[in-house]
Amino acid sequence: MKVSMDWLNEYLTLDVDPQTLGEKIERTAVEVDQVYKMSDGMSNLVVGETLSVEPHPDSDHLHICQVDVGEDEPLQIVCGAPNVATGQKVIVALPGAWIAGHHKIKKSKMRGVASNGMLCALQEIGFDEKIAPKAYDEGIYILPADSENGSSVFPILGMDDDIVETDLTPNRGDMNSMNGTAWEVGAIYGKTPKMPTFSLNEDGSRKVSDLLQFSVDETLAPTYKMRIVSGVTIQDSPLWLQKRLWEAGMRPINNIVDVTNYIMLTYGQPLHAFDYDKLSSHHIHVRLAYEGEHLTTLDGEDRKLRDSDMVIADDKHAIALAGTMGGLDTEIDDNTTTIAIESAIFDPIKIRKTARFFNLHSEASMRFERGVNKDDNQNALDHAAALMAELGQGQTEQGTGVGSDTPVEPAKVSVTLTRINHVLGTQLTVGQVQTIFDHLNFPTENDGETFNVTVPARRWDIHIEADLFEEVARLYGYDNIPSTLPYGTMTPGALTFKQRIIRDSRRLLEGAGLNQAISYALTTTAKAEQFMMRDSEPTELAFPMSTDHTTARMNLISGLLDDIAYNVARKQKNVALYEQGRVFYREGDAIRPLEVEHIAAAVTGTLTTKTWHAEADMIDFYGIKGIVDLFLHDMGLSEPVHYEATQAHAQMHPGRTADIYVGDQVVGFVGQVHPEVASDYKIPDTYVFELNLQALIDAPHDQQQYEPISKFPDVTRDIAILVDQSVTNADVVALINKRGGAHLAGVQLFDVYEGVHLPAGKKSLAYTLTYRDRQATLVEADVTKAFDKVTAALEKEFDAEIR
Amino acid sequence: MALRERLQELHDRGLADIKKGDSLDRINEIRVQLLGKKGPITQALRGLRDVSAEERPKIGSFANQIRDELTAAIEERNQELKKAAINAKLASETLDVTLPGTPVAQGQPHVIQRIIDQLEDMFLGMGYQVVDGPEVEDDHHNFEMMNLPKDHPARDMQDTFYITPEILMRTHTSPNQARAMEAHDFSKGPLKMISPGRVYRRDTDDATHSHQFHQVEGLVIDKHVTMADLKGTLEMVAANLFGDEFDVRLRPSYFPFTEPSVEADITCFNCMGKGCAVCKNTGWIEVLGAGMVHPNVLKMAGVDSSVYGGFAFGLGPDRFAMLKYGVDDIRNFYLNDTRFLTQFYKRG
Repeated sequence: MKVSMDWLNEYLTLDVDPQTLGEKIERTAVEVDQVYKMSDGMSNLVVGETLSVEPHPDSDHLHICQVDVGEDEPLQIVCGAPNVATGQKVIVALPGAWIAGHHKIKKSKMRGVASNGMLCALQEIGFDEKIAPKAYDEGIYILPADSENGSSVFPILGMDDDIVETDLTPNRGDMNSMNGTAWEVGAIYGKTPKMPTFSLNEDGSRKVSDLLQFSVDETLAPTYKMRIVSGVTIQDSPLWLQKRLWEAGMRPINNIVDVTNYIMLTYGQPLHAFDYDKLSSHHIHVRLAYEGEHLTTLDGEDRKLRDSDMVIADDKHAIALAGTMGGLDTEIDDNTTTIAIESAIFDPIKIRKTARFFNLHSEASMRFERGVNKDDNQNALDHAAALMAELGQGQTEQGTGVGSDTPVEPAKVSVTLTRINHVLGTQLTVGQVQTIFDHLNFPTENDGETFNVTVPARRWDIHIEADLFEEVARLYGYDNIPSTLPYGTMTPGALTFKQRIIRDSRRLLEGAGLNQAISYALTTTAKAEQFMMRDSEPTELAFPMSTDHTTARMNLISGLLDDIAYNVARKQKNVALYEQGRVFYREGDAIRPLEVEHIAAAVTGTLTTKTWHAEADMIDFYGIKGIVDLFLHDMGLSEPVHYEATQAHAQMHPGRTADIYVGDQVVGFVGQVHPEVASDYKIPDTYVFELNLQALIDAPHDQQQYEPISKFPDVTRDIAILVDQSVTNADVVALINKRGGAHLAGVQLFDVYEGVHLPAGKKSLAYTLTYRDRQATLVEADVTKAFDKVTAALEKEFDAEIR
Repeated sequence: MALRERLQELHDRGLADIKKGDSLDRINEIRVQLLGKKGPITQALRGLRDVSAEERPKIGSFANQIRDELTAAIEERNQELKKAAINAKLASETLDVTLPGTPVAQGQPHVIQRIIDQLEDMFLGMGYQVVDGPEVEDDHHNFEMMNLPKDHPARDMQDTFYITPEILMRTHTSPNQARAMEAHDFSKGPLKMISPGRVYRRDTDDATHSHQFHQVEGLVIDKHVTMADLKGTLEMVAANLFGDEFDVRLRPSYFPFTEPSVEADITCFNCMGKGCAVCKNTGWIEVLGAGMVHPNVLKMAGVDSSVYGGFAFGLGPDRFAMLKYGVDDIRNFYLNDTRFLTQFYKRG
């Protein structure tokens, strides 16, 4: 809420500069968005009087004005406003003046005629289109006739007033009014605000009870009251009232509508004014709309209502969308003479839903949603009637028409000093706490320990002990609360096994040259369904915000490919990424998906950059597989890892993809992205793997045991064999291990050759076999014997030719 | 010439030759020539039998002294020449040390991960556990148990990706509070936890909004946990992430799941509190929300609010990273441009 300091000073004598007040409010109550004056950034805007206005000889719309700005000589100013006329008091931007939008006014010539300044519209001196009075929409603003030529316009328009703009949290609806703000600022400074006074003269000859009957559903409107003011003249409000409104960001309309808004700003109680004579019956109903009922609201929109929308209706039809927007048919117009003023409290949830549905968030609906002060409901109505009668030269009819008036009992909350200090960690005394409640103007009794607090209706946010802790804490000052750390029973702070593995996984892949990516977990259904490791239904948003993010991912690779595409489009050729995160699998009829931790990588280009000294190899199948090997080795799994060629992954290259097994469980896959898929993503050759990290966490892990280092030297033998292309390395290694004998300690492939020097369909594989005996030096003859057995087995099983 | 004079002459000439000798071979030649079995010194010593018995020991000892001196000189000259040879060899091997080293592949953790890890480490050190929870949550845990019933106005503040009317993408990590409290055995001691993770809001992505971001939730529940403890803990967080030269200020706020509720600001690091564009001239930057756990939240999780209480806080690593490193567009975190990812390696 935009709080005028001039207005606030009518409640409280503060003697504090607005910046300091803003800071104080921010530290004690609610956020302050800004402290400003409407005149900020503007200067040299003075009152001028148009002595003469002549048409410009070379223009059909410009006028040459002689303007008295309190100097010896009038200023000649060329003005294009259609409403400029002789004898007006106008806003003059003198040469050198700054106006809105950081524009500086200079002496100039307009179509050959000297112009020494500018006559201004309100919009040109910073008034928002939405707050400048409609009458001046198309032209310059006319100041009151008694304005002194040459004096600054700022005080006249209230632009020199300091405005403290608060940003209210939902619980502090009470501060959506000047009264509530004054109570709060009073509590901060330990002063009691002076609430507004008025004198209501029921000088009409009729009784409201004869003029109106009510049928009010009290669950919809616990309070519903009306007064009637008759014989009014609709006209512009006096400037003081217009200033109050535009300083608060509202647009002056006419004396009646302005009063409803002024009273709303004062009390936080939204009011609505109906033209009594436009009611088709004088029986007012507060009810739910009929499904499909129509109402044309003040903005001219024809609205089709739902049976959950609250309306005010006469006997025939809805006349207002309760608490949200009035109806066009009963609008106050220039000919209105009799006003029915409504002061009500509506069900905030219904208001909120209606406002949301119709996107009609008004100052009124916002206040109803956040609560209004029942204690001020009648005051607001009475004050409004008095002011309308005064400003419209009308009469207030006798009494208040009451449709409902459900009493609101003040909340009584007890709290002990011990509890306050226990929760806040303070050592406050009874006196300190009592003073805080006194400053809040909460009637409070204490017996030296227990405080029995009666919370006035204006603070409907307070109803439990904890709410009072907050009042005490904030008014005592958060700065004054000590800083400590929790103490008590010690607790171990340690990552779980799963969390440690996840952390280690990240380190490991970073060590292998991959950068951690965090991609969007919500993607398209098509991408969510790519690279899947099991069957799953997609988990889709009911109301997505964009077509790119509709579905929870069921793989990590597609996100990484999006990332690679983003990089490639920006000329980054070498991209190595991994991501660790969850995928979301859903069984056919389950509503909630299963969330499974995965880890995946995608690499395109090279892992390092080529330099003067070192080549950088393009990533290939074996490069990415090497990372998987490293990763799985470091997982310390009990069961052996092996790879099997697979064509089962539709998005993967059918000849360059392997399923990864731990024991007989598939835990992931590795390989090249199918070239067609890569082309869909607009990326070059890319190699990927994805692992079910949860499965690796759950798999049995070896206990670490020290293995003594052999005192005896290893013996190695190399063997090169020529075999059919179809024989795999895994087959050969398995056979060597099987037939290697007791001392075979390792088999290392060191060369693979396929090419022109070999017979067609053949390849050459070369291995180093390492033999080790922990108990004794190996005897040459024994090694040879074991080696010969391997050779023989290879010849027999694979028809291998030993080279 | 007397023997002594001959020896003296051999000595002097020998030393001069050694000094002049410019190769290991030459020195070896000199050694053989001078000190060898057929060399002049050996020869001279043979002549001792012609010397009187009285003079013999003196000349003998003089001869030995000369031989030792020459041997030492040869050794010394040998070392000099070897050293020179090595130096010459090394000089020929000189490299341009300014040529770049061979690159080693090394990746970086994501900047948001770095912040989460840093926070985890700090809280682990203070005896907190790290707790995970589902990203696809039910309305009950995400809202109802956080004291946000169906029609609560604060639900407006966090527009939600619903999957069904009861299932949604979690909008905060706070539901993990409820889950942890439900699971915790308070007879075994206090509950101290943090819970980092991804959260989702129904937002249109732009420089300051992202439909996906991160949160770290913190919760301590025990028999005597105070607002002062919360303040001290938040100051630790600020000092840990930003350095201890920053002040922390708490100001009232509103969250349905805490009462009292506060927002914590730290001194604007850009202007150190003087006021600038980053802090909108306030000197402060809002970094997190916190408060004392609302009794309704305790009650709904089955915790007796008359005995137990505590604090909770929620902070955004994305926002922290933006503030700490001056990242001006939140989308950078999720587009994974390698030129962005590889920037964050510095210690400070």
